[in-house]
Amino acid sequence: MPTLNIIQAVNDALRQEMRRDPTVVILGEDVGKFGGVFRASQGLQEEFGKDRVIDTPLAESGVIGTAVGMALYGLRPVPEIQFADFIFPAMDQIVSEVAKFRYRSGGQYTCPMVIRTPYGGGIRGGHYHSQSPEAHFIHTAGLKVVVPSNPHDAKGLLTSAIRDPDPVLFFEPKRMYRAARGEVPDGEVVVPIGKARVTREGRHVTLIAWGAMWHEADQAAREAADLGIECEVLDLRTLQPLDIDAIVESVQKTGRAVVVHEAPRTCGFGAEISALIQERCFLHLEAPVARVTGFDTPFPYTLESEYLPRAPRILKAVREVMAF
Amino acid sequence: MSETRNEQLAVLESMVRIRRVEERLAELFTQGNIPGFIHVSIGQEAVAAGVCSGLGPGDSVLTTHRGHGHAVAKGIELRRFMAEIYGRQNGFCKGRGGSMHVADRNVGVVGANGIVGGGLPIALGTALASQYRGEKTVTVCFFGDGASNEGTFHEALNIAALWSLPVVFCCENNSWAQFTPQSSYMKVTSVAQRAAGYGMPGTCVDGSDVTQVRAAAREAVERARSGGGPTLLECKVLRWQGHYVGDAQKYRAPDDVKEARTHDPIRSYAEVLGAAKVLEPGDLEKIEQCVKAEIDDAVAFAAASPMADPADLLTDVYA
Ligand SMILES: Cc1ncc(C[n+]2csc(CCOP(=O)(O)OP(=O)(O)O)c2C)c(N)n1
Repeated sequence: MPTLNIIQAVNDALRQEMRRDPTVVILGEDVGKFGGVFRASQGLQEEFGKDRVIDTPLAESGVIGTAVGMALYGLRPVPEIQFADFIFPAMDQIVSEVAKFRYRSGGQYTCPMVIRTPYGGGIRGGHYHSQSPEAHFIHTAGLKVVVPSNPHDAKGLLTSAIRDPDPVLFFEPKRMYRAARGEVPDGEVVVPIGKARVTREGRHVTLIAWGAMWHEADQAAREAADLGIECEVLDLRTLQPLDIDAIVESVQKTGRAVVVHEAPRTCGFGAEISALIQERCFLHLEAPVARVTGFDTPFPYTLESEYLPRAPRILKAVREVMAF
Repeated sequence: MSETRNEQLAVLESMVRIRRVEERLAELFTQGNIPGFIHVSIGQEAVAAGVCSGLGPGDSVLTTHRGHGHAVAKGIELRRFMAEIYGRQNGFCKGRGGSMHVADRNVGVVGANGIVGGGLPIALGTALASQYRGEKTVTVCFFGDGASNEGTFHEALNIAALWSLPVVFCCENNSWAQFTPQSSYMKVTSVAQRAAGYGMPGTCVDGSDVTQVRAAAREAVERARSGGGPTLLECKVLRWQGHYVGDAQKYRAPDDVKEARTHDPIRSYAEVLGAAKVLEPGDLEKIEQCVKAEIDDAVAFAAASPMADPADLLTDVYA
């Protein structure tokens, strides 16, 4: 089985789905001839031509709007927004059109598309190359939100997302693009949307994370093990629809939960998860649900290592819920 | 309009300062002294120097990710500019902004911007505020040809023309947006043509020729200042370097880069001034020495400035 990094896995999934389904079309800034700023679409214009891998002007609203129309007329557009930070010029199209077309047309029209975008900090990118805006989209009914943490899931989830009948925001952890490597089967890989994965079993604390933060949570779990604390680690993989059953099952076993995300704390997805846990696991809880998150600030330029949740901060939270 | 020798030498000096500042930034970045990304405007200095030479301290400038030149030409103090790019506490933005977000209220540098097209609508507001308060100040908004395809460009031009706002929209058309050539993202090759669609004058000049830039900018700024409304001023320039420092430009034909570098606004203006006996032998060396001393001083200041303090992580989010 080949060993791939995340960017290669994304490329692989795009290529396979484009071979399988002639309605799959990629569009975005620098995606065609250049192959994308992170190389996600490298070689695809050569194989599929300019009609299926389209270089667009700098016009995020126009790109997503075009994708809406394409989707309404039976294509499967896969627009790329170069950095998640640049998705906001397209926010109106995503929130007002993409998310609502099925509902407002009584199911006549649908908007199947995958908006791929690299997100997250840790590359010293400053304000507009670092943010994690997933919560805005989870909050918008009608959108699915998927965040892989590793190459296998990147390929399998992107495949599912492209085949999904609904619009999917596909957030790729750019800090892990090349750092996360793993075996990925050559042929078709399908990872279902809406299913979390228990990546480590444990009986004391449930660590809940996604994307780049899963790697920090995993690291914290290893360090906790040295202290005799057994963490169960959950990689959510899909944030909307959320695999609440997996969370409940784990927390009912451990009685403790720590949620980790890079985005600011207030109204971050950790708040929703925490509420769901207390609604469903109240009598099993041994400690309040803890959140280890970014801070309620714009993304800082030089203080990102203080801002981002890293294993030591997660471990501290683990020890606190254990000591509660 | 005849210019004094000092004015001409000041413009030349401004271009040299921008060039040397950016060369030093590129070097410091490559050595790992600067976080984030750096985008230089080497080869495009005539636009910043030429346009800003006609502005006063009360005039405002909005710029882009490729904005060092505009800030320097507008007179930003080099020490705190450098400290900002170093991400240090003594920077203009306390090290919070860095290269892509340098701002200095004192000299009207409203800010560089990491969002392409982000400054265009903001320019409407600074111009409207100036008009509202009865001031005679103008706003210049710099942006690239790539940015002229964002919705913000079209919204901004329509509103500015409609309300006769004192703005100059200055497009530096270098015919690239990152790694993609203009023919892949625009049907027209001149951004200035678009002015007609909004009911404002559009001019296009050779942006490597600072004399042309100055003449066109002077006209546009005067129009804005005297209540005649906005202008779309396009300066055709050539991008010598990659999109960012470290970009080897493998996607570009080597001849194209070579050709770009034959258009050197500094060399050609020095030649013009030399032929007119404005620039005497030894003058350019003096300018270089003086600029080098300023930059050395600024870099020393930045390097000695304290790092961002983690205790400040939560400050300046709200009053
Ligand atoms: C809204 C937004 N979309 C995409 C980007 C990524 N990006 C940064 S610079 C750039 C190209 C800009 O081209 P142009 O406006 O012509 O300016 P130039 O870089 O040529 O000076 C792109 C696509 C961004 N910063 N902001």
